[in-house]
Amino acid sequence: MLEQVNQTKLIDIRSVCRSFPKGSGEDLLVLEKVDLTIHSGEIVGLLGRSGSGKSTLLRIIAGLIAPSSGNAECRGEAIEGPPNGVAMVFQSFALFPWLTVLQNVELGLEALGIDAAERRQRALAAIDLIGLDGFESAYPKELSGGMRQRVGFARALVVHPDLLLMDEPFSALDVLTAETLRTDLVDLWIEGRLPIKSILMVTHNIEEAVLMCDRVLVFSSNPGRVAAEYKIDLPHPRNRLDPAFRQLVETLYARMTQRTTTKTTAQEGIHGTGIGMVLNHVSSNVLSGLIETLAGPPYNGHADLPVLAGQLQLEADEILHLGESLQLLRFAQLSEGDLVLTEAGKRFAHLETDARKKLFAEHLVNHVPVMGLIKRVLDERPTHAAPAARFRNELEDYMSEDYADETLKTIVSWGRYAELFAYDEQSETFSLENPH
Amino acid sequence: MTLQDLRIAVLTQAPRPNIWDLVALILVVGAMVLLVYGGEQTTLPLSALDVAPVSLDPVNLPLYALRTTMRMLLAIICSTIFTFVYAAIAAKSRRAEMVLIPLLDILQSVPILGFLTFTVVFFMNLFPGKVMGAELACVFAIFTSQAWNMTFSMYQSIRNVPKDLEEATQSFHLSGWQRFWRLDVPFAMPGLIWNAMMSMSGGWFFVVASEAITVGNTTVTLPGIGSYVALAIEQQNLVAIGYAILTMLLVIIAYDQLLFRPIVAWADKFRFEQTASGSPPTSWILDLFRRTRALRALTLPFAALNRTFSNLYIVWPEALRVKGKAGAPSRVVDVLWFILIGASTAYAAWRAYRYLSVNLGPSDILLAIGYGLITLLRVVVLIALATLIWVPVGVWIGLRPKLAERVQPLAQFLAAFPANLAFPVFVSLIVYYRLNPNVWLSPLMILGTQWYILFNVIAGASAFPTDLREAASSFHLGGWRWWAKVVLPGIFPYYITGAITASGGSWNASIVAEVASWGDRHLTAVGLGSYIAKATEAGDFPRVVLGIAVMCILVTLFNRLLWRPLYAFGERRLRLG
Repeated sequence: MLEQVNQTKLIDIRSVCRSFPKGSGEDLLVLEKVDLTIHSGEIVGLLGRSGSGKSTLLRIIAGLIAPSSGNAECRGEAIEGPPNGVAMVFQSFALFPWLTVLQNVELGLEALGIDAAERRQRALAAIDLIGLDGFESAYPKELSGGMRQRVGFARALVVHPDLLLMDEPFSALDVLTAETLRTDLVDLWIEGRLPIKSILMVTHNIEEAVLMCDRVLVFSSNPGRVAAEYKIDLPHPRNRLDPAFRQLVETLYARMTQRTTTKTTAQEGIHGTGIGMVLNHVSSNVLSGLIETLAGPPYNGHADLPVLAGQLQLEADEILHLGESLQLLRFAQLSEGDLVLTEAGKRFAHLETDARKKLFAEHLVNHVPVMGLIKRVLDERPTHAAPAARFRNELEDYMSEDYADETLKTIVSWGRYAELFAYDEQSETFSLENPH
Repeated sequence: MTLQDLRIAVLTQAPRPNIWDLVALILVVGAMVLLVYGGEQTTLPLSALDVAPVSLDPVNLPLYALRTTMRMLLAIICSTIFTFVYAAIAAKSRRAEMVLIPLLDILQSVPILGFLTFTVVFFMNLFPGKVMGAELACVFAIFTSQAWNMTFSMYQSIRNVPKDLEEATQSFHLSGWQRFWRLDVPFAMPGLIWNAMMSMSGGWFFVVASEAITVGNTTVTLPGIGSYVALAIEQQNLVAIGYAILTMLLVIIAYDQLLFRPIVAWADKFRFEQTASGSPPTSWILDLFRRTRALRALTLPFAALNRTFSNLYIVWPEALRVKGKAGAPSRVVDVLWFILIGASTAYAAWRAYRYLSVNLGPSDILLAIGYGLITLLRVVVLIALATLIWVPVGVWIGLRPKLAERVQPLAQFLAAFPANLAFPVFVSLIVYYRLNPNVWLSPLMILGTQWYILFNVIAGASAFPTDLREAASSFHLGGWRWWAKVVLPGIFPYYITGAITASGGSWNASIVAEVASWGDRHLTAVGLGSYIAKATEAGDFPRVVLGIAVMCILVTLFNRLLWRPLYAFGERRLRLG
């Protein structure tokens, strides 16, 4: 009995944590106590914002990185290095540009030491299955993005893996191509023609998750945790306009924004507080544009996120990003899948350039602690100048070097727009000087 | 590859020979005959050189050219093998990397002809009484002019292999050996070939310089274009020098057309890009071989062999594994490793000190440094002069696409041409007009390397965006403003690349340029190059070591303090697009 259960359990992840070294001493936790089981015969989706550790989890299962603690097992055996029977499809396709389509597909079989005749036959079968007939001798650079990702799929399927891992496989494709590829894949899956038992896919596209998956795990950020799990038992093929489908999308949007708001109340600030807040770079032009869009009809200050994302052709992840930046600056409020302009936001929409800059500056100093700090330091110093390294070091106490770079870039860009300070890229110094 | 596969290939390709097969066959057989003939000559005893000395009869020139070419070929093969091994070890092992990469950096700045002094003696002792020893010494000199930058290029490529491809090889269970041949080598290929071509240009210079050389009591004259020129100098025969120059021109053109063009055209598929861009390079010789039927069928077994070779089940030794996921590297081993490096360094320093202190005093060192500064002055002045001349010319040409298309190959060709073949022409003039050698020998240093500045500036000016030029003219920018604000910043990164190569080449050339002779007249310009050249001729090893060390330090400092910051600045601020 027990054995039977183990057989259907392809992947078993128990309280897995993973941390990466930070700029200064301590480690940065990206995955915290994650549990996940994958059984035979299901498509599981990992849904979350960028930086929520979902790709890290995928790479732990792929055996590309090791967990810092906890157990990761594949068919009852601990994962040490890429396990047999697991194949991966990459966001960037990861095709070898110097190999033809056929050679790319044969690559995984060669590594398994399969002899040439069988290799050729299996590769041709996979190419046929995935709709690449006629492209065998083409090089990847001669193909369109969609065709390239089909090669990626064929290369993974040809080794007949039990589990197919997909790392945002459609996010580098245009909307139409991605849709075709998704439905083709789902069709093959429900017809039982794929030589695989299960699929685990990482995505930040909510509709994609609802369209394809039997089960969706929503991840929260900083550190990455499984925030919620949803079973999706709509029959395939699913219709995006089906009210039940829409309802699920709404629920997931709400779920993904909800994290942010609960965190706000819990920590008396907005996602991460104080100096240690990671600032994602969003151009001030984009922020202004979004505020204007929100203020105008048909939203009049209140927008449903899925609708807004659809109109602006943005993915859930991107629209949430923008929403959070506005929320951070107190120009809007995210809640239950909606984005609502604040009073300040409405005022901003109707101001002239200089007045906007002034309001932006005011909000920066008051609501972004690190901005306030820089302004104070510059005011206090007799030279009215300070090296960027001074603030970078402070940031690196809380975050990795990459995040510190990103945050610093945001600080410089927003600070310049708000005319709070000047920044000299050559000497990497902040100052109050302005060229006259 | 099984027999069945072969049969399929043979059947489907219907290998009825076509006309291209005939042409290709003749080319292949001809190349093999030449290789065997040239190879036979090297196993002759050394005394054969005295029996059949180099003669100025132009009938012999094709044979001399063949010998010279074979040395080049052998050297480039050695360099490639060295590159694969050295770069792979340096890139895969963190501990080896700590030693190998700085070592490579220093080796790069050692004057190439300096190596020759030691290697001639070494290889002659290795094969006493055989031509082979001298041949190998010469090949080694060329090797040192090619290997370092090829290795650097490969090392950097392996270190920068795209993350997703690396994950793909891991995820699909490729062994380290398979990964090396399927990912690392193909990814490094374009950079490697470009560097090999650049090295080749330098190689001709050194093969010519090292065919006729005297180290102490050992005088070697290997049959080749270099020794032909040396003899012509001795006999003051300008016509013979003209023949030699003509032969060299033909050899370089043949090398380019028959070897490098096909390789570049073939390697185009290794360029790491996701979309096809521009027109791919072409080669008539590659097209010729691709059109053959029977010969292509014959190459199939080789392709199969290559496949089998790269699929061999070989794993890297544990010590060379890429560290990454499995915990921190052992501290204890690190400490032991550092102690080992420290001890070897101390021992080497002590031995060097013991050896040199017997023969050299502080005054020698000061003298060498003084000479070094004189040569440094020459390099700086010459680069400045070349800049003043070639930057405006290069910009003028580069902004005219039709003209640039014609001039660019010529400039590249001139950079590849061994300038030392042309030295005698200039030296005879200096002798004839009794000019001051301290001044007039100097330009020889930059004779061959100035072209790097020219062709890089042309490339920069050709790549200058049309919209920026149009913007400049619509705002009526003219005169010095146009130069200072528009064009010079735009070509700066290109110019720096050219100037770095030119300056490195000039240092190397100083050893042959600061001493020159014409018949029985010997000219010397005071400087570090002539210091090393004279010490070499006298077999005075301590002074050779000192001279090389000083040059090495000066070149390294010059690069670190001037060129690298300028290069970094250009890349960061002035790179367009």
